[in-house]
Amino acid sequence: MRLVSTYLIGLIFGVGISISGMANPAKVLNFFDIAGIWDPSLVFVMGGAVVVAFLGYKIVLRRPAPVLDAKFHLPDNPRIDARLLGGSALFGVGWGIAGFCPGGALPALGTGQIDVFVFVAALIAGIFAAKGLMALTHARAARVLRPET
Amino acid sequence: MLELSVIETAFTPWQSLAGGVLIGLASVLLMLSLGRIMGATGILAGVLTPSAHPDKSWRLAILAGMVSGPLALMVLTGAMPVVDVPVSMPMLVLGGFLVGIGVTYGSGCTSGHGVCGMARLSRRSIAATLTFMLTTGLTVYIIRHVLGA
Repeated sequence: MRLVSTYLIGLIFGVGISISGMANPAKVLNFFDIAGIWDPSLVFVMGGAVVVAFLGYKIVLRRPAPVLDAKFHLPDNPRIDARLLGGSALFGVGWGIAGFCPGGALPALGTGQIDVFVFVAALIAGIFAAKGLMALTHARAARVLRPET
Repeated sequence: MLELSVIETAFTPWQSLAGGVLIGLASVLLMLSLGRIMGATGILAGVLTPSAHPDKSWRLAILAGMVSGPLALMVLTGAMPVVDVPVSMPMLVLGGFLVGIGVTYGSGCTSGHGVCGMARLSRRSIAATLTFMLTTGLTVYIIRHVLGA
């Protein structure tokens, strides 16, 4: 039940991404090319998605808990720090180079096009690289704090 | 060579709006059923963790649903979604790697911050979204109009 409904939610997302144009790098790059051949379509994707999610969340979050889980898992970190902004800035540079974002590329895997697999492989490598780097800096910080160990 | 070519795309406000509404709907349904944020970065990163994490199964189910999106669209309309990649392989790899590092440090991407976080009026997500939209736009501008692909 839980897995079937979650699969169907993924399917709705995947169909939405496919229809919207977010899975199409040509369209994404043209959206950001305001100085060139601007295609404003993606304003409607984000607008539609945010409005529906805003209204839907308002109703859903009135419940004490979700239907199939004990509690809501909402991020509660309020900090706007260098890590958030630096990471987001870097994400944007990558998105501007390749034209795929993770939410656009994952459903696009279903088309079987080789370039999507290349992008997702590089994306996964980047995630592992960042996690490794985080673990390394974390371990170093711990050593500085407790030099006797 | 940065971009292979610039492909013109048609303005598709209704299609993009419909896609956006479905993306928003999927986000609301995931919050209603599991109490989770519909973020492609978090879902992918959760699947990549080596341990047998209890949250892995719903993430795999939603990922399977996402990948089925283009196939479902094929069944419904008779055509796969268009995925035009005007970017060379090396740039796809570089872009994907940077996106992977960026979304890991930034804790989210277009779906998690740009849709779900904005819909919750999270200041952190609004800051992240403004940052990556700006750097994506700058990167596209530099590639297309300064370096002249």
